[in-house]
Amino acid sequence: MLELADVHTYYGESHVLQGVSLGVRRSEVVAILGRNGAGKTTLIRSVIGFSPPRRGAIRFKDADITRWPPYRAVERGMGLVPQGRRVFPSLSVVENLVVARRDGGRFTLARVLELFPRLAERAKSRAGRLSGGEQQMLAIGRALMGNPDLLLMDEPTEGLAPLIVREVGRIVAELKREGLSILLVEQNLPLALSVADTVHVLSRGQIVHSSAPAALMANEAVKSRYLGV
Amino acid sequence: MTLEFWVTQTFNGLSYGALLFLLASGLSLIFGVMRVVNLAHGSYFMLGGYVGLSVIWRTGSYVLALVAGALALAVVGIAMERMFLRRLAGQTLGQVLMTIGFALIFQDLALLIWGGDPYSIRPPSLLAGVVTAGPGRFPIYRIFIIVIAVAVGAALWLLLDRTRIGAMIRAAVDDPEMAQGVGIRVPRVSLGVFALGAALAAFGGVVGAGFLGVYPGLDFEILPYAFVVVIVGGLGSLPGAMVGSLLVGLLDNFGKALFPELSYFTLFAPMALILALKPTGLFGRA
Ligand SMILES: Nc1ncnc2c1ncn2[C@@H]1O[C@H](COP(=O)(O)OP(=O)(O)O)[C@@H](O)[C@H]1O
Ligand SMILES: [Mg+2]
Repeated sequence: MLELADVHTYYGESHVLQGVSLGVRRSEVVAILGRNGAGKTTLIRSVIGFSPPRRGAIRFKDADITRWPPYRAVERGMGLVPQGRRVFPSLSVVENLVVARRDGGRFTLARVLELFPRLAERAKSRAGRLSGGEQQMLAIGRALMGNPDLLLMDEPTEGLAPLIVREVGRIVAELKREGLSILLVEQNLPLALSVADTVHVLSRGQIVHSSAPAALMANEAVKSRYLGV
Repeated sequence: MTLEFWVTQTFNGLSYGALLFLLASGLSLIFGVMRVVNLAHGSYFMLGGYVGLSVIWRTGSYVLALVAGALALAVVGIAMERMFLRRLAGQTLGQVLMTIGFALIFQDLALLIWGGDPYSIRPPSLLAGVVTAGPGRFPIYRIFIIVIAVAVGAALWLLLDRTRIGAMIRAAVDDPEMAQGVGIRVPRVSLGVFALGAALAAFGGVVGAGFLGVYPGLDFEILPYAFVVVIVGGLGSLPGAMVGSLLVGLLDNFGKALFPELSYFTLFAPMALILALKPTGLFGRA
Protein backbone atom coordinates (compact mmCIF):
# COMPACT_ATOMS: atom_id res chain seq x y z
CA MET A 1 0.00 0.00 0.00
CA LEU A 2 2.63 2.52 1.17
CA GLU A 3 6.37 2.27 0.92
CA LEU A 4 9.08 4.70 1.96
CA ALA A 5 12.59 4.07 0.67
CA ASP A 6 15.49 5.97 2.21
CA VAL A 7 13.52 9.19 2.74
CA HIS A 8 15.48 12.35 3.62
CA THR A 9 13.46 15.44 4.47
CA TYR A 10 14.81 18.92 5.26
CA TYR A 11 13.42 22.17 6.61
CA GLY A 12 15.74 24.60 4.87
CA GLU A 13 19.21 23.43 5.89
CA SER A 14 18.01 21.38 8.83
CA HIS A 15 18.19 17.67 7.94
CA VAL A 16 15.28 16.13 9.87
CA LEU A 17 14.47 12.73 8.36
CA GLN A 18 17.74 10.93 7.76
CA GLY A 19 16.98 7.90 5.63
CA VAL A 20 13.66 6.45 6.76
CA SER A 21 12.42 3.25 5.10
CA LEU A 22 9.21 1.51 6.07
CA GLY A 23 6.09 -0.04 4.61
CA VAL A 24 2.40 -0.31 5.37
CA ARG A 25 0.53 -3.27 3.92
CA ARG A 26 -3.16 -3.52 3.10
CA SER A 27 -5.25 -3.57 6.30
CA GLU A 28 -2.14 -3.18 8.42
CA VAL A 29 -1.75 -0.72 11.31
CA VAL A 30 1.78 0.57 11.67
CA ALA A 31 2.60 2.68 14.71
CA ILE A 32 5.41 5.23 14.88
CA LEU A 33 6.70 5.99 18.36
CA GLY A 34 9.34 8.36 19.56
CA ARG A 35 10.03 11.38 21.73
CA ASN A 36 9.03 14.94 20.92
CA GLY A 37 11.16 16.30 18.12
CA ALA A 38 12.08 12.83 16.81
CA GLY A 39 10.62 13.61 13.39
CA LYS A 40 7.27 11.81 13.54
CA THR A 41 5.23 14.74 12.25
CA THR A 42 7.84 15.39 9.58
CA LEU A 43 7.40 11.79 8.45
CA ILE A 44 3.64 12.30 8.11
CA ARG A 45 4.18 15.64 6.32
CA SER A 46 6.53 13.95 3.87
CA VAL A 47 4.03 11.22 3.04
CA ILE A 48 1.05 13.51 2.46
CA GLY A 49 3.19 15.97 0.47
CA PHE A 50 3.29 19.00 2.79
CA SER A 51 7.07 18.67 3.08
CA PRO A 52 8.27 16.52 0.19
CA PRO A 53 11.53 14.66 0.77
CA ARG A 54 14.67 15.95 -0.86
CA ARG A 55 15.96 12.41 -1.44
CA GLY A 56 14.39 8.97 -1.43
CA ALA A 57 11.08 7.73 -2.76
CA ILE A 58 7.53 7.30 -1.55
CA ARG A 59 5.27 4.84 -3.34
CA PHE A 60 1.56 4.59 -2.72
CA LYS A 61 -0.75 2.12 -4.45
CA ASP A 62 1.75 1.46 -7.24
CA ALA A 63 2.52 5.09 -8.00
CA ASP A 64 5.59 7.14 -7.19
CA ILE A 65 4.01 10.01 -5.25
CA THR A 66 7.26 11.47 -3.90
CA ARG A 67 6.70 14.97 -5.24
CA TRP A 68 2.96 14.96 -5.74
CA PRO A 69 0.94 17.85 -4.33
CA PRO A 70 -1.09 16.78 -1.29
CA TYR A 71 -4.46 16.91 -3.03
CA ARG A 72 -3.30 14.31 -5.55
CA ALA A 73 -2.24 11.95 -2.80
CA VAL A 74 -5.69 12.41 -1.25
CA GLU A 75 -7.37 11.77 -4.58
CA ARG A 76 -5.43 8.53 -4.83
CA GLY A 77 -6.75 7.39 -1.48
CA MET A 78 -4.83 8.91 1.40
CA GLY A 79 -6.56 10.49 4.38
CA LEU A 80 -4.90 12.78 6.93
CA VAL A 81 -5.72 13.39 10.58
CA PRO A 82 -3.05 15.97 11.34
CA GLN A 83 -1.38 16.82 14.62
CA GLY A 84 -3.32 19.58 16.35
CA ARG A 85 -6.51 18.55 14.47
CA ARG A 86 -6.54 21.56 12.16
CA VAL A 87 -10.27 21.63 11.52
CA PHE A 88 -11.37 24.64 9.45
CA PRO A 89 -12.51 26.94 12.28
CA SER A 90 -14.82 29.24 10.31
CA LEU A 91 -16.66 26.36 8.61
CA SER A 92 -19.54 24.53 10.23
CA VAL A 93 -19.15 20.90 11.24
CA VAL A 94 -21.06 19.71 8.18
CA GLU A 95 -19.07 22.02 5.87
CA ASN A 96 -15.81 20.63 7.28
CA LEU A 97 -17.01 17.18 6.26
CA VAL A 98 -18.50 18.12 2.91
CA VAL A 99 -15.44 19.91 1.55
CA ALA A 100 -13.50 16.66 2.01
CA ARG A 101 -16.11 14.46 0.35
CA ARG A 102 -14.90 12.04 -2.28
CA ASP A 103 -17.61 9.72 -3.49
CA GLY A 104 -17.28 6.07 -4.23
CA GLY A 105 -16.81 4.30 -0.93
CA ARG A 106 -18.53 3.32 2.25
CA PHE A 107 -18.19 6.66 4.03
CA THR A 108 -20.94 9.15 3.29
CA LEU A 109 -21.98 12.18 5.31
CA ALA A 110 -24.78 10.16 6.88
CA ARG A 111 -22.44 7.31 7.79
CA VAL A 112 -19.85 9.62 9.36
CA LEU A 113 -22.49 11.44 11.40
CA GLU A 114 -23.76 8.04 12.55
CA LEU A 115 -20.25 7.06 13.57
CA PHE A 116 -19.84 10.31 15.55
CA PRO A 117 -23.19 11.21 17.13
CA ARG A 118 -21.63 14.24 18.83
CA LEU A 119 -20.94 15.73 15.41
CA ALA A 120 -24.53 15.17 14.32
CA GLU A 121 -25.72 17.10 17.38
CA ARG A 122 -23.43 20.00 16.55
CA ALA A 123 -23.84 19.85 12.77
CA LYS A 124 -24.40 23.59 12.32
CA SER A 125 -21.84 24.84 14.86
CA ARG A 126 -18.66 26.48 13.74
CA ALA A 127 -15.81 24.04 14.10
CA GLY A 128 -13.77 26.65 15.97
CA ARG A 129 -16.36 26.53 18.78
CA LEU A 130 -16.09 22.78 19.39
CA SER A 131 -14.28 21.22 22.34
CA GLY A 132 -10.91 19.55 21.74
CA GLY A 133 -12.50 16.10 21.76
CA GLU A 134 -15.19 17.11 19.31
CA GLN A 135 -12.59 18.69 17.02
CA GLN A 136 -10.65 15.43 17.06
CA MET A 137 -13.78 13.49 16.07
CA LEU A 138 -14.33 16.02 13.30
CA ALA A 139 -10.75 15.70 12.07
CA ILE A 140 -11.14 11.92 11.89
CA GLY A 141 -14.56 12.15 10.27
CA ARG A 142 -13.24 14.64 7.74
CA ALA A 143 -10.45 12.28 6.73
CA LEU A 144 -12.94 9.42 6.36
CA MET A 145 -15.14 11.54 4.05
CA GLY A 146 -12.43 11.11 1.42
CA ASN A 147 -12.93 7.33 1.57
CA PRO A 148 -9.23 6.66 2.06
CA ASP A 149 -7.48 3.32 1.76
CA LEU A 150 -4.67 4.59 3.98
CA LEU A 151 -5.21 6.81 6.98
CA LEU A 152 -2.36 8.91 8.39
CA MET A 153 -3.02 9.82 12.03
CA ASP A 154 -0.66 12.12 13.92
CA GLU A 155 -1.16 11.95 17.69
CA PRO A 156 -4.95 11.69 17.61
CA THR A 157 -5.15 11.47 21.43
CA GLU A 158 -2.89 14.43 22.21
CA GLY A 159 -4.32 16.72 24.87
CA LEU A 160 -7.59 14.85 25.29
CA ALA A 161 -9.35 13.72 28.46
CA PRO A 162 -8.95 10.00 29.34
CA LEU A 163 -12.54 9.20 28.44
CA ILE A 164 -12.08 10.65 24.94
CA VAL A 165 -8.71 8.96 24.55
CA ARG A 166 -10.51 5.66 25.02
CA GLU A 167 -13.14 6.70 22.49
CA VAL A 168 -10.43 7.49 19.92
CA GLY A 169 -8.81 4.12 20.65
CA ARG A 170 -12.13 2.41 20.03
CA ILE A 171 -12.53 4.23 16.69
CA VAL A 172 -9.04 3.33 15.51
CA ALA A 173 -9.70 -0.32 16.35
CA GLU A 174 -13.03 -0.16 14.52
CA LEU A 175 -11.41 1.32 11.41
CA LYS A 176 -8.78 -1.38 11.51
CA ARG A 177 -11.53 -4.01 11.64
CA GLU A 178 -13.06 -2.41 8.57
CA GLY A 179 -9.84 -3.08 6.71
CA LEU A 180 -8.26 0.38 6.50
CA SER A 181 -4.49 0.65 6.48
CA ILE A 182 -3.32 3.07 9.14
CA LEU A 183 -0.02 4.81 9.79
CA LEU A 184 -0.42 5.92 13.39
CA VAL A 185 1.85 8.32 15.24
CA GLU A 186 1.10 8.08 18.94
CA GLN A 187 2.71 8.96 22.27
CA ASN A 188 0.16 6.90 24.16
CA LEU A 189 2.13 3.66 24.33
CA PRO A 190 -0.61 1.28 25.59
CA LEU A 191 -3.02 2.49 22.92
CA ALA A 192 -0.46 2.22 20.12
CA LEU A 193 0.69 -1.23 21.20
CA SER A 194 -2.86 -2.55 21.53
CA VAL A 195 -3.88 -1.64 17.99
CA ALA A 196 -0.68 -1.89 15.94
CA ASP A 197 0.57 -4.85 13.91
CA THR A 198 4.06 -3.37 13.61
CA VAL A 199 5.83 -0.61 15.54
CA HIS A 200 8.78 1.56 14.56
CA VAL A 201 10.65 3.72 17.03
CA LEU A 202 11.99 6.96 15.59
CA SER A 203 14.85 8.94 17.10
CA ARG A 204 16.58 11.94 15.53
CA GLY A 205 15.07 11.22 12.17
CA GLN A 206 16.08 7.55 12.00
CA ILE A 207 14.28 4.33 12.76
CA VAL A 208 16.12 2.76 15.68
CA HIS A 209 13.84 -0.17 16.41
CA SER A 210 11.21 -2.13 14.50
CA SER A 211 9.24 -5.08 15.82
CA ALA A 212 5.87 -6.50 16.69
CA PRO A 213 4.19 -4.73 19.64
CA ALA A 214 4.81 -7.60 22.03
CA ALA A 215 8.54 -7.57 21.35
CA LEU A 216 8.75 -3.85 22.06
CA MET A 217 6.71 -4.31 25.22
CA ALA A 218 9.35 -6.74 26.45
CA ASN A 219 12.32 -4.63 25.39
CA GLU A 220 13.06 -2.46 28.44
CA ALA A 221 16.27 -1.07 26.92
CA VAL A 222 14.58 0.46 23.88
CA LYS A 223 11.64 1.66 25.93
CA SER A 224 13.74 3.51 28.49
CA ARG A 225 16.28 4.81 26.00
CA TYR A 226 13.95 6.11 23.26
CA LEU A 227 10.52 6.39 24.82
CA GLY A 228 11.34 7.45 28.38
CA VAL A 229 9.27 4.74 30.04
CA MET B 1 -27.44 73.01 4.51
CA THR B 2 -30.78 72.13 3.06
CA LEU B 3 -32.51 68.77 3.26
CA GLU B 4 -31.93 68.47 -0.46
CA PHE B 5 -28.18 68.70 0.08
CA TRP B 6 -28.19 65.87 2.62
CA VAL B 7 -30.43 63.63 0.54
CA THR B 8 -28.45 64.19 -2.64
CA GLN B 9 -25.06 63.73 -1.01
CA THR B 10 -26.18 60.62 0.84
CA PHE B 11 -27.48 59.13 -2.39
CA ASN B 12 -24.32 60.03 -4.27
CA GLY B 13 -22.23 58.53 -1.49
CA LEU B 14 -24.22 55.31 -1.56
CA SER B 15 -23.94 54.94 -5.31
CA TYR B 16 -20.21 55.64 -5.24
CA GLY B 17 -19.92 53.09 -2.43
CA ALA B 18 -21.81 50.59 -4.60
CA LEU B 19 -19.27 51.08 -7.37
CA LEU B 20 -16.40 50.71 -4.91
CA PHE B 21 -17.91 47.44 -3.72
CA LEU B 22 -17.64 45.99 -7.24
CA LEU B 23 -13.97 46.91 -7.22
CA ALA B 24 -13.06 46.05 -3.65
CA SER B 25 -14.92 42.76 -3.16
CA GLY B 26 -12.58 41.06 -5.62
CA LEU B 27 -9.50 42.62 -4.08
CA SER B 28 -10.58 41.40 -0.66
CA LEU B 29 -11.34 37.87 -1.90
CA ILE B 30 -7.99 37.63 -3.65
CA PHE B 31 -6.18 38.74 -0.54
CA GLY B 32 -8.18 36.37 1.66
CA VAL B 33 -7.45 33.29 -0.40
CA MET B 34 -4.00 34.00 -1.77
CA ARG B 35 -2.53 36.62 0.57
CA VAL B 36 -1.58 38.56 -2.55
CA VAL B 37 -1.60 42.34 -2.26
CA ASN B 38 -2.59 43.10 -5.82
CA LEU B 39 -1.61 46.62 -6.81
CA ALA B 40 -2.77 45.96 -10.37
CA HIS B 41 -6.37 45.75 -9.21
CA GLY B 42 -7.08 49.36 -10.14
CA SER B 43 -5.70 48.57 -13.60
CA TYR B 44 -8.35 45.87 -14.06
CA PHE B 45 -10.97 48.53 -13.32
CA MET B 46 -9.50 50.94 -15.86
CA LEU B 47 -8.84 48.32 -18.54
CA GLY B 48 -12.36 46.97 -18.08
CA GLY B 49 -13.66 50.45 -18.80
CA TYR B 50 -11.51 50.76 -21.92
CA VAL B 51 -12.46 47.33 -23.25
CA GLY B 52 -16.11 48.18 -22.63
CA LEU B 53 -15.61 51.44 -24.49
CA SER B 54 -14.15 49.70 -27.54
CA VAL B 55 -16.97 47.17 -27.57
CA ILE B 56 -19.55 49.98 -27.43
CA TRP B 57 -17.82 51.75 -30.31
CA ARG B 58 -17.92 48.56 -32.37
CA THR B 59 -21.30 47.13 -31.45
CA GLY B 60 -23.25 49.81 -29.60
CA SER B 61 -24.29 47.21 -27.04
CA TYR B 62 -23.93 48.15 -23.38
CA VAL B 63 -24.65 44.63 -22.16
CA LEU B 64 -22.00 43.22 -24.47
CA ALA B 65 -19.56 45.83 -23.14
CA LEU B 66 -20.17 44.66 -19.57
CA VAL B 67 -19.69 41.01 -20.48
CA ALA B 68 -16.66 41.57 -22.70
CA GLY B 69 -14.93 43.82 -20.15
CA ALA B 70 -15.38 41.25 -17.39
CA LEU B 71 -14.31 38.29 -19.55
CA ALA B 72 -11.29 40.03 -21.03
CA LEU B 73 -9.90 40.91 -17.62
CA ALA B 74 -10.70 37.45 -16.23
CA VAL B 75 -8.36 36.14 -18.92
CA VAL B 76 -5.73 38.74 -18.03
CA GLY B 77 -6.08 37.78 -14.35
CA ILE B 78 -5.72 34.07 -15.12
CA ALA B 79 -2.59 34.69 -17.16
CA MET B 80 -1.07 36.89 -14.45
CA GLU B 81 -1.75 34.36 -11.71
CA ARG B 82 -0.72 31.23 -13.59
CA MET B 83 2.36 32.50 -15.37
CA PHE B 84 3.78 34.94 -12.86
CA LEU B 85 2.31 35.26 -9.36
CA ARG B 86 2.21 31.51 -8.71
CA ARG B 87 5.94 31.28 -9.21
CA LEU B 88 6.40 33.68 -6.32
CA ALA B 89 3.99 31.94 -3.93
CA GLY B 90 4.74 32.94 -0.35
CA GLN B 91 7.11 35.75 -1.28
CA THR B 92 5.06 38.77 -0.33
CA LEU B 93 7.50 41.45 -1.39
CA GLY B 94 8.26 39.83 -4.72
CA GLN B 95 4.57 39.54 -5.48
CA VAL B 96 3.85 43.15 -4.57
CA LEU B 97 6.67 44.34 -6.80
CA MET B 98 5.42 42.16 -9.61
CA THR B 99 1.89 43.56 -9.36
CA ILE B 100 3.26 47.11 -9.41
CA GLY B 101 5.21 46.18 -12.51
CA PHE B 102 2.05 44.90 -14.15
CA ALA B 103 0.15 48.05 -13.15
CA LEU B 104 2.78 50.21 -14.85
CA ILE B 105 2.79 48.04 -17.97
CA PHE B 106 -1.01 48.19 -18.15
CA GLN B 107 -0.86 51.97 -17.81
CA ASP B 108 1.50 52.26 -20.78
CA LEU B 109 -0.45 49.75 -22.83
CA ALA B 110 -3.69 51.64 -22.23
CA LEU B 111 -2.05 54.89 -23.27
CA LEU B 112 -0.72 53.23 -26.41
CA ILE B 113 -4.06 51.71 -27.39
CA TRP B 114 -6.61 54.29 -26.26
CA GLY B 115 -4.53 57.46 -26.17
CA GLY B 116 -4.53 60.22 -23.59
CA ASP B 117 -8.04 61.62 -24.01
CA PRO B 118 -10.73 61.04 -21.43
CA TYR B 119 -13.76 59.11 -22.61
CA SER B 120 -17.03 58.21 -21.10
CA ILE B 121 -19.52 55.46 -21.83
CA ARG B 122 -22.99 56.81 -22.45
CA PRO B 123 -25.47 54.61 -20.63
CA PRO B 124 -28.28 53.11 -22.71
CA SER B 125 -31.32 55.36 -22.97
CA LEU B 126 -33.22 53.08 -20.64
CA LEU B 127 -30.83 54.11 -17.86
CA ALA B 128 -30.61 57.80 -18.76
CA GLY B 129 -32.75 60.37 -17.04
CA VAL B 130 -33.52 61.38 -13.50
CA VAL B 131 -36.16 60.38 -10.99
CA THR B 132 -37.45 63.17 -8.77
CA ALA B 133 -38.85 62.21 -5.40
CA GLY B 134 -39.49 64.69 -2.59
CA PRO B 135 -36.49 66.92 -2.13
CA GLY B 136 -34.11 64.67 -4.10
CA ARG B 137 -33.20 64.17 -7.73
CA PHE B 138 -31.85 60.69 -8.42
CA PRO B 139 -30.11 59.86 -11.71
CA ILE B 140 -31.41 56.49 -12.90
CA TYR B 141 -27.88 55.37 -13.76
CA ARG B 142 -26.78 55.71 -10.16
CA ILE B 143 -29.84 53.79 -8.99
CA PHE B 144 -28.83 51.11 -11.50
CA ILE B 145 -25.33 50.93 -9.98
CA ILE B 146 -26.79 50.39 -6.52
CA VAL B 147 -29.09 47.65 -7.81
CA ILE B 148 -26.19 45.94 -9.59
CA ALA B 149 -23.97 46.09 -6.52
CA VAL B 150 -26.71 44.64 -4.33
CA ALA B 151 -27.25 41.84 -6.85
CA VAL B 152 -23.52 41.10 -7.10
CA GLY B 153 -23.18 41.20 -3.31
CA ALA B 154 -26.08 38.77 -2.89
CA ALA B 155 -24.68 36.43 -5.53
CA LEU B 156 -21.23 36.46 -3.93
CA TRP B 157 -22.74 35.80 -0.53
CA LEU B 158 -24.74 32.85 -1.86
CA LEU B 159 -21.67 31.47 -3.61
CA LEU B 160 -19.41 31.78 -0.58
CA ASP B 161 -21.87 30.87 2.13
CA ARG B 162 -24.25 28.40 0.60
CA THR B 163 -22.31 26.24 -1.84
CA ARG B 164 -19.70 23.53 -1.53
CA ILE B 165 -17.31 25.54 -3.68
CA GLY B 166 -17.78 28.49 -1.34
CA ALA B 167 -16.96 26.28 1.64
CA MET B 168 -13.83 25.10 -0.19
CA ILE B 169 -12.79 28.71 -0.74
CA ARG B 170 -13.29 29.47 2.95
CA ALA B 171 -11.39 26.33 3.91
CA ALA B 172 -8.50 27.54 1.74
CA VAL B 173 -8.64 30.90 3.54
CA ASP B 174 -8.63 29.22 6.97
CA ASP B 175 -5.73 26.84 6.32
CA PRO B 176 -4.46 26.47 2.73
CA GLU B 177 -2.09 23.62 3.52
CA MET B 178 -4.71 21.56 5.32
CA ALA B 179 -7.20 22.33 2.55
CA GLN B 180 -4.87 20.51 0.17
CA GLY B 181 -4.60 17.77 2.78
CA VAL B 182 -8.34 17.04 2.46
CA GLY B 183 -8.15 16.93 -1.32
CA ILE B 184 -9.07 20.50 -2.28
CA ARG B 185 -7.19 21.64 -5.38
CA VAL B 186 -6.11 24.89 -3.82
CA PRO B 187 -4.16 26.14 -6.86
CA ARG B 188 -7.30 25.84 -8.94
CA VAL B 189 -9.40 27.55 -6.27
CA SER B 190 -6.88 30.41 -6.19
CA LEU B 191 -6.98 30.75 -9.94
CA GLY B 192 -10.78 30.85 -9.95
CA VAL B 193 -10.88 33.47 -7.22
CA PHE B 194 -8.28 35.58 -8.99
CA ALA B 195 -10.23 35.45 -12.26
CA LEU B 196 -13.47 36.29 -10.46
CA GLY B 197 -11.86 39.25 -8.66
CA ALA B 198 -10.40 40.64 -11.87
CA ALA B 199 -13.72 40.18 -13.68
CA LEU B 200 -15.63 42.00 -10.93
CA ALA B 201 -13.20 44.91 -11.00
CA ALA B 202 -13.47 45.16 -14.78
CA PHE B 203 -17.25 44.93 -14.59
CA GLY B 204 -17.10 47.81 -12.12
CA GLY B 205 -14.86 49.67 -14.55
CA VAL B 206 -17.42 49.43 -17.35
CA VAL B 207 -20.22 50.48 -15.01
CA GLY B 208 -18.06 53.26 -13.58
CA ALA B 209 -17.18 54.55 -17.04
CA GLY B 210 -20.82 55.65 -17.23
CA PHE B 211 -20.29 58.35 -14.63
CA LEU B 212 -16.59 58.62 -13.75
CA GLY B 213 -15.41 58.14 -17.32
CA VAL B 214 -12.21 56.34 -18.31
CA TYR B 215 -8.94 58.21 -18.64
CA PRO B 216 -5.21 57.70 -18.09
CA GLY B 217 -4.50 57.70 -14.37
CA LEU B 218 -7.89 56.33 -13.35
CA ASP B 219 -6.15 53.11 -12.28
CA PHE B 220 -3.95 54.71 -9.64
CA GLU B 221 -6.65 57.16 -8.65
CA ILE B 222 -9.15 54.44 -7.74
CA LEU B 223 -6.68 51.98 -6.21
CA PRO B 224 -6.30 53.75 -2.82
CA TYR B 225 -10.07 53.76 -2.42
CA ALA B 226 -10.18 50.01 -2.95
CA PHE B 227 -7.47 49.52 -0.36
CA VAL B 228 -9.13 51.79 2.18
CA VAL B 229 -12.36 49.82 1.75
CA VAL B 230 -10.63 46.48 2.21
CA ILE B 231 -8.50 47.61 5.14
CA VAL B 232 -11.36 49.30 6.97
CA GLY B 233 -13.74 46.39 6.32
CA GLY B 234 -11.20 43.70 7.16
CA LEU B 235 -9.02 41.79 4.71
CA GLY B 236 -10.76 38.82 3.15
CA SER B 237 -14.22 39.58 4.54
CA LEU B 238 -17.19 40.02 2.19
CA PRO B 239 -19.44 41.78 4.74
CA GLY B 240 -16.40 43.93 5.52
CA ALA B 241 -16.12 44.92 1.87
CA MET B 242 -19.83 45.82 1.83
CA VAL B 243 -19.76 47.99 4.93
CA GLY B 244 -16.36 49.43 4.06
CA SER B 245 -17.55 50.44 0.58
CA LEU B 246 -20.58 52.29 1.89
CA LEU B 247 -18.54 54.00 4.59
CA VAL B 248 -15.85 55.13 2.16
CA GLY B 249 -18.41 56.20 -0.45
CA LEU B 250 -20.25 58.35 2.07
CA LEU B 251 -17.13 59.78 3.70
CA ASP B 252 -15.64 60.69 0.36
CA ASN B 253 -18.78 62.40 -0.85
CA PHE B 254 -19.49 64.38 2.29
CA GLY B 255 -15.81 65.17 2.70
CA LYS B 256 -15.59 66.62 -0.78
CA ALA B 257 -18.88 68.52 -0.43
CA LEU B 258 -18.32 69.95 3.03
CA PHE B 259 -14.55 70.40 3.25
CA PRO B 260 -13.26 70.24 -0.31
CA GLU B 261 -9.76 71.32 0.69
CA LEU B 262 -9.57 68.53 3.31
CA SER B 263 -11.09 65.69 1.31
CA TYR B 264 -8.17 63.29 1.78
CA PHE B 265 -8.19 64.01 5.48
CA THR B 266 -11.89 63.24 5.84
CA LEU B 267 -11.30 59.94 4.01
CA PHE B 268 -8.14 58.77 5.72
CA ALA B 269 -8.60 60.08 9.27
CA PRO B 270 -11.57 57.78 9.98
CA MET B 271 -9.58 54.92 8.50
CA ALA B 272 -6.68 55.60 10.85
CA LEU B 273 -9.11 55.83 13.76
CA ILE B 274 -10.79 52.51 12.94
CA LEU B 275 -7.44 50.79 12.54
CA ALA B 276 -6.22 52.22 15.86
CA LEU B 277 -9.29 50.84 17.63
CA LYS B 278 -9.53 47.58 15.65
CA PRO B 279 -6.32 46.75 13.77
CA THR B 280 -7.92 43.89 11.82
CA GLY B 281 -10.61 46.19 10.38
CA LEU B 282 -14.30 46.10 11.19
CA PHE B 283 -14.93 42.49 10.14
CA GLY B 284 -11.42 41.13 9.95
CA ARG B 285 -10.04 38.21 11.88
CA ALA B 286 -6.55 38.13 13.32
N1 LIG C 1 8.60 23.96 10.10
C1 LIG C 1 9.77 23.62 10.66
N2 LIG C 1 10.89 24.32 10.37
C2 LIG C 1 12.09 23.98 10.93
N3 LIG C 1 12.26 22.95 11.76
C3 LIG C 1 11.19 22.20 12.08
C4 LIG C 1 9.89 22.51 11.55
N4 LIG C 1 9.01 21.61 12.04
C5 LIG C 1 9.72 20.79 12.85
N5 LIG C 1 11.03 21.15 12.88
C6 LIG C 1 12.09 20.46 13.61
O1 LIG C 1 12.19 19.16 13.11
C7 LIG C 1 12.39 18.23 14.16
C8 LIG C 1 11.32 17.16 14.12
O2 LIG C 1 10.06 17.75 14.42
P1 LIG C 1 8.71 16.94 14.32
O3 LIG C 1 8.69 16.17 13.07
O4 LIG C 1 7.60 17.90 14.55
O5 LIG C 1 8.84 15.97 15.57
P2 LIG C 1 7.75 15.12 16.36
O6 LIG C 1 6.48 15.14 15.58
O7 LIG C 1 8.37 13.75 16.45
O8 LIG C 1 7.60 15.73 17.70
C9 LIG C 1 12.42 19.03 15.45
O9 LIG C 1 13.76 19.25 15.80
C10 LIG C 1 11.75 20.32 15.08
O10 LIG C 1 12.28 21.38 15.84
MG1 LIG D 1 4.61 15.76 16.13
